[in-house]
Amino acid sequence: MTRKTRRLWLVIACVACLGAAAALMLKAFSSDIVFFVTPSQVAASPPPADRTVRLGGMVVAGSVKREKQGETPIARFDVTDGQAAITVRYEGILPDLFREGQSVVAVGTMHKDGFVASEVLAKHDETYMPKEVAEALKKSGKWDPRFGPPPSAASWNSMTAQDAKKMLPAGN
Amino acid sequence: MLSPELGHYALAMACILAAAQGILPLIGAQRRDRRVMMLAPGLAVGQLLALLASFLCLVNAAVTDDFSVQNVAANSAVSKPLLYKITGVWGNHEGSILLWALILGFCGAAVAAFGRNLPSALRARVIAVLGAVAAGFELFSLTTSDPFARVWPAPMDGQGMNPLLQDPGLAFHPPVLYTGYVGFAVPFAFAIAALIEGRVDAAWGRWVRPWAVAAWCFLTCGIALGSWWSYYVLGWGGYWFWDPVENASLIPWLTGTALIHSAIVVEKRESLKIWTVLLAIATFSFSLSGTFLVRSGILNSVHAFANDPARGIFILGLLAIVIGGSLALFAWRAPSLTAGGLFAPVSREGALVLNNILLCSLCAVVLTGTMYPPFMSLLFDRTISVGKPFFDATTIPLAIPLFIFMGFGPMLPWKRAQLWPVLQRLWIAALLAAVAFAVATFGMSGILPILCSALAVWVILASVLDLTERVRLFRMPLSGSLQRARMLPRSIFGTAIAHAGVGVTVLGLAAMSQAQHKIVEVPVGTTEHLAGYDWTLTNVTQEPGPNYTALTATLEVRHNGRLITIMHPSKRSFNSQNQTTTEVSIHTNLLADLYGVLGDKHGTDAAPTYVLRLHYNPLAPWMWLGALIMAIGGALSLSDRRMRVGAPRRAHSSPNTVTAA
Repeated sequence: MTRKTRRLWLVIACVACLGAAAALMLKAFSSDIVFFVTPSQVAASPPPADRTVRLGGMVVAGSVKREKQGETPIARFDVTDGQAAITVRYEGILPDLFREGQSVVAVGTMHKDGFVASEVLAKHDETYMPKEVAEALKKSGKWDPRFGPPPSAASWNSMTAQDAKKMLPAGN
Repeated sequence: MLSPELGHYALAMACILAAAQGILPLIGAQRRDRRVMMLAPGLAVGQLLALLASFLCLVNAAVTDDFSVQNVAANSAVSKPLLYKITGVWGNHEGSILLWALILGFCGAAVAAFGRNLPSALRARVIAVLGAVAAGFELFSLTTSDPFARVWPAPMDGQGMNPLLQDPGLAFHPPVLYTGYVGFAVPFAFAIAALIEGRVDAAWGRWVRPWAVAAWCFLTCGIALGSWWSYYVLGWGGYWFWDPVENASLIPWLTGTALIHSAIVVEKRESLKIWTVLLAIATFSFSLSGTFLVRSGILNSVHAFANDPARGIFILGLLAIVIGGSLALFAWRAPSLTAGGLFAPVSREGALVLNNILLCSLCAVVLTGTMYPPFMSLLFDRTISVGKPFFDATTIPLAIPLFIFMGFGPMLPWKRAQLWPVLQRLWIAALLAAVAFAVATFGMSGILPILCSALAVWVILASVLDLTERVRLFRMPLSGSLQRARMLPRSIFGTAIAHAGVGVTVLGLAAMSQAQHKIVEVPVGTTEHLAGYDWTLTNVTQEPGPNYTALTATLEVRHNGRLITIMHPSKRSFNSQNQTTTEVSIHTNLLADLYGVLGDKHGTDAAPTYVLRLHYNPLAPWMWLGALIMAIGGALSLSDRRMRVGAPRRAHSSPNTVTAA
């Protein structure tokens, strides 16, 4: 075993392992990446039903409805970015930090009759807004960072279901 | 006496002492001036004392409710229990930086205290590197995140702490985790000192390994504590969310694990020297980036309670100096390190190299998965997230060969080995792993969990067999075996125990993939069936606590009619912060956790219904138990006589190749 052959073995092992890692990652990147979408994007072009996405926005005040199917609790609420609102259906316990009029991220799939969430994430504390939701707000024109900090959670409470409906494009 | 101003002064003094500690011993070592070099231990201890004084002042301010200190006003309140007043000191950005610096101070003082037998130049350089790093972070604390800043007028009461953080698990998770992160500063300092000296030999490997192992033990415990906290506090039934903050602790753990293995090769065979130096630099760099990138707000996550982009520039500059500087030094000096001993691919060294390659591939995968979303949003303005499906699909296939080789790696002889005799000694483990595979196919679903549980059995049994082989159990009289066991170095036991701990954790992880849960909305008196247990909601009460009101459910769990436990999951509404927290109720028999969560109250007041979430988590405690076993293994090998810091002298003759086999 000379130094050269040992180096060859090392190179082979490294290439094999890192190659396997790269292949696994590329495969996972094509199928397991979750894209963030805003309600207006979903309204414009709904993602395929087998594709998991993260839908982010503000919970429309007064839109949260809770019901029961058998013993299963179901929550429905509208998520808006100020331009379109999407109804989310979620089976389970909403997180402690979930509030009407505050930011939320719903992970799930878009079906014909609405968005079905497998997981609902609410913001972590009173002052924190998920970065992706903040971005979506900026894009929707609800918030321009040049004119100061993002609107406080309280001001979003003034956005009611009617306001959100008014903002929907005609025909929806 | 312990006023905030005194604390601020002590912190400034620590910074100046650290700067002196970072410069003078280096000059002394370069000029071979013993008197200047001997300043190093004194400066390190002085810096530690100043930091201790500073830290005590902050604790004092928090305990005595001094709301004129902004940090206390923002994070504490009169009504907060004493324990959380103390632990709340490091529950925020400013305090956690101070704790970070304090632990680094302890590391420097520890090298000064335990490193008496190190060559004086090496010790001076190691302490100097630690001092330079400490000076940077103390300057950061003083200039951008002063924990002692006053606020005027002082509020009557503080804003209180996020109730989610008022928990004993989280109170002690940061100090343990930080000790792990910061502990890797010592191997880093050894690596930099070796690069300056241009010399890495077997003795260097032996000096650096105990520090790396100690830091690794703390990091292992810290990660496990954090995972356990999110399991029982967040109430989602999950234990690991592949959150950037969690990944930031996993990445240095992976490279740190590689480091403690490659340092063995340096010590025994004087090989892999350049690689080990690089790993020491990489591990500390990842620790640093892990703690501070998170705090600069670059990585966005649910842990982001300490986000502040304004401090990012300073931190990025500091990281660039520490990481960039050390890598530049590495690029400049590493070629001067001589290559070491030769070995065949099939040998103990070969197995350790394979361990390193696999661990680093895993690290690359986790790093890519963590950094990909921020890069995508930065470069292509696309918001994406990478979660459990991605990491499951990429890490498990890479971990499987690691588990296979872990079984027989420790039994291979050094230099050149034959695979077949080793495998022959392990036939029992292989057989029982195959049996476990067969059993798992009936009880579990999914090929990867089944394969992982079989491999976990393989790893545990191989570790046990390694020990029984070494003491010749059942092949000689028991007294002889005991005698051999007593003569066996403790690091052999440490290795076997730590490897078995990995097996226990993997078994827990594999079993947890089979967890069952159920979400129901029911009135009082209903019985639910889950995983063979009958869960009856018998009562729900509302009662006030110290600073919250609690809605508490009574759940009776029966198995075949026998009462197993009465659980009391509850939901607390905090009056001051308009926040609610979920208090999970967990009953464990060490083989499975019964996990109950109380959700919202619905329906009319006359006929209320309650949302309940019930989980059955098989082998859940094993995940953290395994981590504890790993840390115990590490601690045991630390107590090995051969590992004692300072005991070995630089070898002038051939490298020490003693093995116990």
